[in-house]
Amino acid sequence: MSKLMPLVSEGAGKINPLSVSDYIGVGGYQALKKAVGMTPEQVIGEVKKAKLLGRGGAAYPSGSKWEHLLHIPETPKYIVCNADEGEPGTFKDKLILGKLPLKLIEGITIAGFVFGAKAGYIYVRGEYRKIQKQLIQAIENAKKENYLGDNILGKGFNFDIHIISGAGAYVCGENSALLNSTEGKVGRPRIKPPHLAEVGLFLQPTLVNNVESLSSIPAIVLKGGDEFLKIGHPDSGGTKLICLSGHSAKTGVFEIPLGKVTIRDAIYDAEMGGGVKDGKKLKFFHLGGQSGPIGSPDQLDTVYSYTDLRKAGLGVGSGAIVVMDESVSIIEYLKGVTEFFIHESCGKCVPCREGNKQLYAILQKLSVPGAATENDLSNLRRLVTTMTAASFCGLGQTAAVALNTAWKLFKAEFEANVSKTAAAAA
Amino acid sequence: MSHHKPDPSKSVNLTIDGLPVTVPEGTTILEAARKVGVHIPVLCDHPDLHKRAVCRICVVECDGGGKLKAACANDVWEGVKVVTNSPKIHAIRKTILELILADHPQDCLTCIRNQKCELQALAIQFGLKEITFPQADVSASPNIDTNTLVRDMAKCVKCGRCVDVCQEIQSVRAINTAHRSLHYEVTTPYDQQLIDGPCVYCGQCAAVCPVGAIYENDQTNLVWKAIDDPDRHVVVQTAPAVRVALGDEFGLPKGAITTGKMATALRRLGFTKVFDTDWSADVTILEEGNELLQRLEKGGKLPMITSCSPGWINFCEVFYPDLLGHLSTCKSPQQMFGALVKTYYPKISNVDPAKITSVSIMPCTAKKFEAQRPEMNASGYQDVDVVLTTRELARMIKLAGLDFETLPETPFDPLLGDSTGAAVIFGTSGGVMEAALRTVYEVVTKEPLAPLDLEAVRGHQGLKEVVVDLKGTKVKVLVANGLSNARFVMDSIRAGTCDATFIEIMCCPGGCVGGGGQPYGNSQIKLQRKDGLYLADKQLPIRKSHENPEVVALYKDYLGAPLGEKSHHLLHTHYSTEGKNHWAKTGH
Repeated sequence: MSKLMPLVSEGAGKINPLSVSDYIGVGGYQALKKAVGMTPEQVIGEVKKAKLLGRGGAAYPSGSKWEHLLHIPETPKYIVCNADEGEPGTFKDKLILGKLPLKLIEGITIAGFVFGAKAGYIYVRGEYRKIQKQLIQAIENAKKENYLGDNILGKGFNFDIHIISGAGAYVCGENSALLNSTEGKVGRPRIKPPHLAEVGLFLQPTLVNNVESLSSIPAIVLKGGDEFLKIGHPDSGGTKLICLSGHSAKTGVFEIPLGKVTIRDAIYDAEMGGGVKDGKKLKFFHLGGQSGPIGSPDQLDTVYSYTDLRKAGLGVGSGAIVVMDESVSIIEYLKGVTEFFIHESCGKCVPCREGNKQLYAILQKLSVPGAATENDLSNLRRLVTTMTAASFCGLGQTAAVALNTAWKLFKAEFEANVSKTAAAAA
Repeated sequence: MSHHKPDPSKSVNLTIDGLPVTVPEGTTILEAARKVGVHIPVLCDHPDLHKRAVCRICVVECDGGGKLKAACANDVWEGVKVVTNSPKIHAIRKTILELILADHPQDCLTCIRNQKCELQALAIQFGLKEITFPQADVSASPNIDTNTLVRDMAKCVKCGRCVDVCQEIQSVRAINTAHRSLHYEVTTPYDQQLIDGPCVYCGQCAAVCPVGAIYENDQTNLVWKAIDDPDRHVVVQTAPAVRVALGDEFGLPKGAITTGKMATALRRLGFTKVFDTDWSADVTILEEGNELLQRLEKGGKLPMITSCSPGWINFCEVFYPDLLGHLSTCKSPQQMFGALVKTYYPKISNVDPAKITSVSIMPCTAKKFEAQRPEMNASGYQDVDVVLTTRELARMIKLAGLDFETLPETPFDPLLGDSTGAAVIFGTSGGVMEAALRTVYEVVTKEPLAPLDLEAVRGHQGLKEVVVDLKGTKVKVLVANGLSNARFVMDSIRAGTCDATFIEIMCCPGGCVGGGGQPYGNSQIKLQRKDGLYLADKQLPIRKSHENPEVVALYKDYLGAPLGEKSHHLLHTHYSTEGKNHWAKTGH
């Protein structure tokens, strides 16, 4: 029996992504029609029952986020979709944006209805240029069919969606930096509190959700929260789009039910990864993007759910699974990760700006026989602690996660190049 | 936003390191900790600026959470247990400090901020013995333009204070942060020189910089050279706000009046004559007061705006060239003094003006720029040769080894040294307005202003207004300090909604007591300096500019009447719609 579960991605690749009638043909816009007959509280009640956890990486409960925003009296409210998919190894939002844009648009429109918003924004990764054009076309087509624009479905509800292009900065995937960038400001994160639900886009109450989260909303509304929850794990309903890459025999996006598939399944199942390329041995896998944890073959039987992965010291993150074979040096791999964060740090806080730089310098020494000392290892440890606990935003707080998890798994490789004489002298 | 605005009438109970404390809602963890005697270290935080929370040195633990919070930017909440001191927190803060220092030149002994550096103070507080991270190559050379400000960006710790004060407090936007990660820096648009952008040289960036990254261009060597030259007749003038701030550099109480000690110190440093800018401030009142009356009588451009503050003049030229006609044509007291010390003074003292070196001691960095403006040569020479800030004068006194605290008090030299209470309050926001009204009121009504203390224009609120009854004519006057407040006023004039007749504008928040060249401090210290100036006013025997006997003599013996031909030539100026760049580029 197939371990895959097409729910959010249902219809992807089978229809003309820009055609509203094609989308309706695969069940599209049934959820919106149902939602406009419900009260906002009822819709949010279903999202809460579904136990939908934010699919961008932070896994914040969407129902709580929606409920918080509903109780804020200020208007106008804005709906913002975070489509700045920038985590390396992550390309699942691209699947929805490119092949099922109307499902996302439907999800955003339901949110717009729930919060009485007049406008939604999709902040799309700058590199997805072609997709941005398609999204604009899909929005136009939805307007022609009265699923967007004025008096939607004759219910007196007006809502429009705007496309904003990112400009290549990974940090703009951080929600407050994303809002700054949307406003035309430099994409650096804001001080929180105030939370974005209270003071968000243009200082107004704002919902910011990931593409996959918003695209899960139609299924939740249509099937009901209870049914959605049953599909997945008791703590987190529904499915997850996972992205296999690296030394995986097969690469691509696969949709699996949460809590019913192991990491081993994801990497080795013939319908998904199909094992390690060229029959090599697995050395480690990197979950959830560059900011996520690294796991070892010993952890392959961990069930892929938010709860089980967290208990194992791992995490879902964005859904990325980067497979690395036995030929890879962990130090060289981590140098790549750290280089990425040096490139992408916004630079404003000390632990992230200076910490990543110093981390890289130490990793460089660790990759040369005899170059590093015990002092370098102790500095490495305190940099990890400091960056994780004291950085301004999620970028710096998670930049050393891969390193920290790898340290526990591959301590011998870290210590291999440390000069024994220097250690003795120190 | 209002929905979640903290309500200070509500109390919040919490503990700091186990000590219970109750504070109003909206209090930061940093402030709450101070209430129980815990001073959490800070670097980017500044009491007068917006929260940025970027240095992260103030991190604390809340309710045992793994992620630490910046104490400077997080408000307390009911029941929170804050830990500010633990081995874990100490280790993290120390790592952050080491990270900053590994990217910072280690030349403290020769740095202008040696012993006045907030980063150095942290290193002392942390008992740092070594920096175990490799040192970055930080050898960029400082950038100097127009002899006013120096930007030594190799020393920048990227705290963002200067950007906040330039953008938000002054609304000038000459500097900003650019690029990201390792390339993140404070710079000007397209790395242009300050002279090519909107910078007004207020020096507020230098006043808030915690380290030696932006500072005044030290020109004390020029003054030492002049003093050492037996052919030079070196005269000095001292601005009102200097006398209540100089003591900060020598451990005197904040706001202490040091006029007499300062005069003694200047003499001991070797100045030939020690004069007072307060004297020419009284002259300014006579010229400006009469100019206002003339505009009122002859239908000149109103509202008329004061022109003493050169940062403000630069700002007006750059941002409001269409409204330059509202500026009083009076030169600033510094430049009036400069013009008279090389004309009037030589005439009555038989000194060759070519041999005079005219030095001024100012709370201000923009004054350095003002003195260089090419039109400031009415005497036939550059009217003011060298401008030193209060901080630079303190450096000279320290170099000379003078024990400032025990110096005897001496008066200024006569002829250009007598002054009034009206002049001394020029140094704080509202002072020029009050001084002008003391004279204008009396000229119009033939009666002294009563009471002489015009409380409505005192204090450091950004905008103040009062209506004065001039013999039945109600005149609304407005006082603004800080350039974002100036911008507000100017926008209202441009929009035709300003109903004031006379406006005082000072560039720096609080006026000259908060000038960019003053000893480092904050708004609390500025208020203490303000109190010092009003006390000095009260203590002076004469409190109205038109009663200054040396000013009366000046008009009788030399100028004739205010706004007369000689005054016009020496004491009044004109402004350029081309902005300050016009002066800088065509001048030197």
